Amino acid sequence: MSANAVSDEQQTQWIEVCDKNALDSDTGVCALINGKQIAVFYVGKLDEVFAIDNYDPIGKANVLSRGIIGTQGEHICVASPLYKEHYDLRTGECLENSDIRVTAYAVKIENGKVLIAV
Amino acid sequence: MSKQRVIVVGNGMVGHKFIDSVINSDNAENYEILTFSEEPRLAYDRVKLSSYFSGSTVDDLMLTSEEHYQSAGVIYTLNDKVVDIDHDNKTVKLASGKVERYDKLVLATGSYPFVPPIPGKDQPHCLVYRTIEDLEDITASAQESKVGVVVGGGLLGLEAANALKNLGLETHVVEFAPRLMAVQLDEGGGNLLRRKVEALDVNVHTEKNTKNITAGEKHRYRMEFADGSYLETDMILFSAGIRPQDELARNCGIDVGERGGIVIDNYCRTSVEDIYAIGECALWDSKIFGLVAPGYQMAKVALSHIDGGKEEFTGADMSTKLKLLGVDVASVGDAHARTPGAQTYTYEDGVNEVYKRLIVSEDRKKLLGAVLVGDVEAYGTLQQMCVNSMDLPEAPEQLILPASDGSAGAAMGVDALPDTAQLCSCLDVTKGDIVDAVQGGCCTMGDIKEKTEASTGCGGCAALVKSVMDNELKNLGVEVNNHLCEHFNYSRAELADIVRVKKIESFDELLDSHGNGGLGCEICKPTVGSILASFWNDYVLEDKHMGLQDTNDIYLGNMQKDGTYSIVPRVAGGEITPDKLIVLGEVAKEYDLYTKITGGQRIDLFGAQLHELPEIWKKLVDAGFETGHAYGKSVRTVKSCVGSTWCRYGVQDSVGMAIAVENRYKGLRSPHKLKFAVSGCTRECAEAQSKDIGVIATENGWNLYVCGNGGMRPRHADLFATDLDDETLVKYIDRVLMFYIRTADRLQRTSVWLENLEGGLDYLREVVIDDKLNIAQELEDEMTSNIGKYQCEWKTTIENPEKLKRFRHFVNSDETDSNLAYVVEREQRRPANEQERENQIPAVEVTA
Ligand SMILES: Cc1cc2nc3c(=O)[nH]c(=O)nc-3n(C[C@H](O)[C@H](O)[C@H](O)COP(=O)(O)OP(=O)(O)OC[C@H]3O[C@@H](n4cnc5c(N)ncnc54)[C@H](O)[C@@H]3O)c2cc1C
Repeated sequence: MSANAVSDEQQTQWIEVCDKNALDSDTGVCALINGKQIAVFYVGKLDEVFAIDNYDPIGKANVLSRGIIGTQGEHICVASPLYKEHYDLRTGECLENSDIRVTAYAVKIENGKVLIAV
Repeated sequence: MSKQRVIVVGNGMVGHKFIDSVINSDNAENYEILTFSEEPRLAYDRVKLSSYFSGSTVDDLMLTSEEHYQSAGVIYTLNDKVVDIDHDNKTVKLASGKVERYDKLVLATGSYPFVPPIPGKDQPHCLVYRTIEDLEDITASAQESKVGVVVGGGLLGLEAANALKNLGLETHVVEFAPRLMAVQLDEGGGNLLRRKVEALDVNVHTEKNTKNITAGEKHRYRMEFADGSYLETDMILFSAGIRPQDELARNCGIDVGERGGIVIDNYCRTSVEDIYAIGECALWDSKIFGLVAPGYQMAKVALSHIDGGKEEFTGADMSTKLKLLGVDVASVGDAHARTPGAQTYTYEDGVNEVYKRLIVSEDRKKLLGAVLVGDVEAYGTLQQMCVNSMDLPEAPEQLILPASDGSAGAAMGVDALPDTAQLCSCLDVTKGDIVDAVQGGCCTMGDIKEKTEASTGCGGCAALVKSVMDNELKNLGVEVNNHLCEHFNYSRAELADIVRVKKIESFDELLDSHGNGGLGCEICKPTVGSILASFWNDYVLEDKHMGLQDTNDIYLGNMQKDGTYSIVPRVAGGEITPDKLIVLGEVAKEYDLYTKITGGQRIDLFGAQLHELPEIWKKLVDAGFETGHAYGKSVRTVKSCVGSTWCRYGVQDSVGMAIAVENRYKGLRSPHKLKFAVSGCTRECAEAQSKDIGVIATENGWNLYVCGNGGMRPRHADLFATDLDDETLVKYIDRVLMFYIRTADRLQRTSVWLENLEGGLDYLREVVIDDKLNIAQELEDEMTSNIGKYQCEWKTTIENPEKLKRFRHFVNSDETDSNLAYVVEREQRRPANEQERENQIPAVEVTA
């Protein structure tokens, strides 16, 4: 299991979100952490979890957790279910418009629990 | 060296083109540009003026902006008119009194609408059609009018008539000549156009000479004609031709033609040194060019001359292709066969309302002109043959005859075109330019448009440009591929074959065996999900299929713009009991769902949040409802009229048949959505001929129509077979649908599928009726197996606690999405728009 190092390990606070088996392979769920909506995805083939904002800045709605996961070249990404822009799950970058990005969060699995760093 | 001061009089389409060309030229720094416009805004797209009536705004029409001119250093003055030229001192004088010096003067004053000198023409509600202000006047006048008359049945007149119709007026066209579009069309073409236009409820009056406009009895005005007849109307729109705006030149000693127009030579120079004229105000070789492309050409030539170049204007092709009131019309070259010795070929199809005429040289070697009404597909080929003086084929009539297999007539191979052939006359793009662009790396129409600007004007050349592009790609050995996406080098149809033949049952299995690595994407996953469902019909939320589905399929609802879902239970055939109707009403009320009747005769409930979906569906399923699959690429509805059980005219039980058909195919996943209808008699109240599958009752059984479409690109369905009994009808539908599912592309509706199917309708009949491929039994078996596995996905879902876990907004909290905000409109809620959110107008937070 890998942690996607986005924030500095030392200062981060890991928050437990749910059981790993609450995540279905290749789909997303949404977690509420300190009032913030965070989309969490589990990619079965890689056995890896990812977390980015749930808010779609283009469609302006909390929907990214409900998009389809896939790859575009090297990028592992989710396609917004509203207008289908792709967001890189590691960096939060919007592949169609480099001026737009959502926050990507570090996430790891420990003892069968999903933990997110905020 | 100091800059040359160039003044451009008029900032219309051509004046702007000139300025834009200067800005973009390598020598831009050598010039200081000033421009004056009598109109209150900079140049806009007059050619697309009519789109104002179908929703375009002034902003959409603008060709440039004040910011753009400012940043390019162009000095402009709006609302001011040049009234005098002193060519000895090289100055111009403005209406405002200002005087400006020039080194070079470019007149681009355009033209004005000609209004015949009829007594009474200057009253209110007597208008013209040239500027944005004119459009505003027309719109205002239409609000106080019921009837509108367009004077003039030419190209612009018919465009104006369309505008009046769109504004809801009873519309008439009054034409002096014996036929419509007398300049472009011959008698046969004009007559057919008239018939088509009249079928659209536009009244055409030819050979009418208006003598007087007086007060009317029933309407505002009465138009009195020379033959003693009259017509009453509330407004009059003059579109009787244009006249060059040459007053300024005329008053300042510049030569103008006898019948108007500023005389220019091949360099666009007028009779006075350092003064040029371009566009519709210019007269070249005693001709005025009332189209924008020749004006653009002149702008280029004038700039070249000022810059010391040698380009010349040598006339322009006046061929035109348009859609007027929805009727396709084209005219090429010498449409009236005025060339001595000209021979003609005429093809007239009264049934399908098509008229085509070729005008060829005496020796039948060259094409001189053509007239096309109703079917203008051959325009590109004919226009190119004509302007490039290419040799005609052995049997020229082939160019306008439909080929015997039903597909379009013989087209010219684009290889035969010379590189100099101008494909896009609006922006002057040649075949050579397209070839260069492809060699430079362009491989889509988007690339081509960006690089060469071809097809960005009127768009009439798009088909031709695309075939030149495809041809060049082929020459370069670039495979024009139909690969689904980066993960599969196969088309949807090929993947469907692989899945079926190799009995593949999951996406991963297919990706591993036939894909290119990676994880897949939002294109291939749902496509493969749909193929798997079409052939094996598993529960779509089976673990291994879940990640393949669009959100609509995962949550079995249609996601709306704010992330909530809509709910559409099946109402087969549109038949519903009062009790069920009450249940829908009660559920909608309980959850405050916005409620609307759909075009498919059922009821759509909007605004349900994720966590509410299972509760709502439980109530619906308990009351006997099933999912309507409105969220899937699948069978939607079978619309019906009430049929012989109630209707005095019905000859068969259309509702019964509709319900049987809907229940048979419900849940069937397909490359795109499928819509059906059944009508109980030939009055066709269910509009079956606009559906993928349409059934119309006859005295002896059912007529089957296939591959129609409403929506974005309407297509009339084709009559496939007649007088079928119930059993044969269902058998044919089974086969047609399964053959479509096997062979169509992703998101290809049946209409487009049929158009692309080699052999077309006849081939489909051979496969389905004659069983030419010997697969009819297979197709039926596949359908039977699919139908046997039908389940209501909602029923399955609410019975499965594991699956229900997904129906909550947060995985770690019972809270709901706090971002949702609604306002009430017409007694129901709808999502608040951004402004309403900001203003916090009674944006009610919805909690449930
Ligand atoms: C409804 C409509 C549909 C059309 N459809 C087509 C089509 O499908 N295809 C096609 O090729 N063409 C079409 N045309 C014709 C096309 O719009 C013209 O060919 C084109 O606009 C000519 O450009 P221009 O610059 O010469 O004249 P204009 O665009 O008329 O510009 C001239 C400008 O100069 C200004 N002006 C005049 N005198 C002075 C002065 N003394 N001082 C300051 N300013 C002055 C005028 O106010 C005007 O703004 C259509 C025209 C109309 C009205």
